Amino acid sequence: MEVLKIATAGSVDDGKSTLIGRLLYDTNSLTDDKIEAIKNSSQKRGYDYLDFSLATDGLVAEREQGITIDVAHIYFSTSNKSYIIADTPGHVEYTRNMVTGASTSQVAIILIDARKGVIEQTYRHFFINNLLRIKDVIVAINKMDLVGYDQSVFEDIKQNFEKLNKNSTYSEQNVSYIPVSALKGDNIVEKSNEMAWYQGETILQHLENLHTEDVSEERQSRFSVQTVIRPKTDEFHDFRGFAGKINGGSFRVGDEITVLPSMTTSMIKSIYFYDKMFQEAKAGSSVTILLEDEINIARGDMLVKSDELPKVEKDLTATVCWMDSKHLKSGAKYWVQHNTNKVLSKITAIDNVIATDFSGSKEANNKLALNEIGEVKLKLAKPIFHDTYVSNKSNGAFILIDEHTNATAGVGFIN
Amino acid sequence: METLLKDIGATINQETQTLQVNELENEAIYIFREVAAQFERPVLLFSGGKDSITLVRLAQKAFWPAKIPFPLLHIDTGHNFPETIEFRDRLVDELGLELIVRHVQDSINQGKVVEETGKYASRNILQTTTLLDAIEEFKFDACIGGARRDEEKARAKERIFSVRDDFGQWDEKNQRPELFDMLNGTIELGQNVRVFPISNWTELDVWSYILKEQIEIPSIYFAHKRHTFLRDGLIWSAQDEVVFRAKEEAVKERTVRFRTVGDMSCTAAVESDADTIEKVVAEIRISKISERGARIDDKRSEAAMEKRKQQGYF
Repeated sequence: MEVLKIATAGSVDDGKSTLIGRLLYDTNSLTDDKIEAIKNSSQKRGYDYLDFSLATDGLVAEREQGITIDVAHIYFSTSNKSYIIADTPGHVEYTRNMVTGASTSQVAIILIDARKGVIEQTYRHFFINNLLRIKDVIVAINKMDLVGYDQSVFEDIKQNFEKLNKNSTYSEQNVSYIPVSALKGDNIVEKSNEMAWYQGETILQHLENLHTEDVSEERQSRFSVQTVIRPKTDEFHDFRGFAGKINGGSFRVGDEITVLPSMTTSMIKSIYFYDKMFQEAKAGSSVTILLEDEINIARGDMLVKSDELPKVEKDLTATVCWMDSKHLKSGAKYWVQHNTNKVLSKITAIDNVIATDFSGSKEANNKLALNEIGEVKLKLAKPIFHDTYVSNKSNGAFILIDEHTNATAGVGFIN
Repeated sequence: METLLKDIGATINQETQTLQVNELENEAIYIFREVAAQFERPVLLFSGGKDSITLVRLAQKAFWPAKIPFPLLHIDTGHNFPETIEFRDRLVDELGLELIVRHVQDSINQGKVVEETGKYASRNILQTTTLLDAIEEFKFDACIGGARRDEEKARAKERIFSVRDDFGQWDEKNQRPELFDMLNGTIELGQNVRVFPISNWTELDVWSYILKEQIEIPSIYFAHKRHTFLRDGLIWSAQDEVVFRAKEEAVKERTVRFRTVGDMSCTAAVESDADTIEKVVAEIRISKISERGARIDDKRSEAAMEKRKQQGYF
């Protein structure tokens, strides 16, 4: 079944949890015992309504403080598709969580409180969805019931958001505006009876009509080798398969390929998925590829089509989102993990810190603090085979790993 | 069991079409391969339940035609359903896998843990000690498990690669962010990583996969007649002595099946006529009760799972 991954960001106040709860409830995805548990917890806290955030905020600290700290994953499905929501907190001190949630998502839902309109938090959510190039953005203008389902309120907010959208560097991004009331269930799953002036899709209709090909952009064929499969049994004595996942594009039997970094060329002899052979496999497939020639290939090497080579470089410029409490500083060393490649790197410069509200950038003073985003230059011990993030997401992003603590300290998007 | 063998030894038929992508399956295979490449001594935690059986199938797919490159570890509480143990041994035998079994009873005999008593006595918590001892004994650095994020709210916060310290503890507030599909398995000596390849699967996804792949699972998942009794609105097995039953709790034969397979002492049955995988899938599709609704171990408190996980439970 098709899987669609959605990112939501926001605080309890804009009704994000209510919206998610409504999606689950109206698609019959909440079981009786879960509803019962939410009821009990809501009562215990003295609420006279069902607080759906209690279903999504899984940690004790989150429930105590009534906030979302971490990324939570929520699942629901229709007869058509499986959905995974990465639910993240919306405040500036959780930028890293928003970036994390957005990195695995194809669609973003940005919530706006109809009474408040476009606020600072809206800027930040949109900025992150822009930076990470989320192809489809739903702007859900919520709490329409509290403004009398007034069309002019909706149109005003839409216009303000359009102004924000002019700052976007991502022209192919599809932005749609949907007036909703999560509390009353208007335009979430069911069409609203209160807003005859809105002829468009409900949120669920919009999601149901999206297909993977609408939201994926990796065009070049990339195959990063995870491990080499050599069974050494009698039956498969000479079997030497390269196991990995196709990141973008597709590979066919007979394709002329180049192996990086050796730059050796060969042809694809066969493509296996488990014990079956296929003529072609597309992006997202975890396959095993056999080549016509005996070439020495190991984990971290990459197979590409010979007519679309990636860049092979030791010097990188990247937009980095910093995720560690220890500052990123010029001169520091970090591991770069890029696909299945892991290379030591040195930070040669931190050019600036970029404001997450589209207001521009400022001097970085040679450091990036937790939750800051900036332009960074790195020198690698060995070259990596990459594309820009704009042209190929999965081959244009990397993580930075702290040499001493092993923490995932940051994420980079290659420029 | 024929189905498992049939796939492994199948003659390869040349197919002309394009491979259709099942995203969840491909993600799981990708994770298995990352484990094999990033760790020295991985192990697959095998409970005999449907999720761990699904893991075995996915691991077969990840490494075919090579064998699964790590052993299975079963922490035997001594309270397992006999059907599960019988199934486990058959599976391991037919696939030629290496199985390691460690017993909670041994931890009790060694005085490391104390058996619970009373109406709700269970060995569920005790198995954490046995598991941590086994990890230390074999120096496992990656333990692959079948936990899913949709099962329980604390598990919804779990990473795919989840780092545990020397004491097996989960620091839930200080987890590594996981971006895109990049998995950071870098650890210190003595630490280990819990790996969850089917994190993003739901119960229905697992069952649909079992149906599509025709994977054999233990008989207790299907409707059968069983002597049972009622307690707290749940149906308990009365034909095994490990489940405590008070005199006033009357035994009655019911047609039931189990939706999850934990210990007999903490897993309740559900009334059901679903005696085939097709019927089970149909039943789950319309079910109004969640899978762990029949797990008494989660009902001890609102944060029961989070607390157990902090201590090293799966």
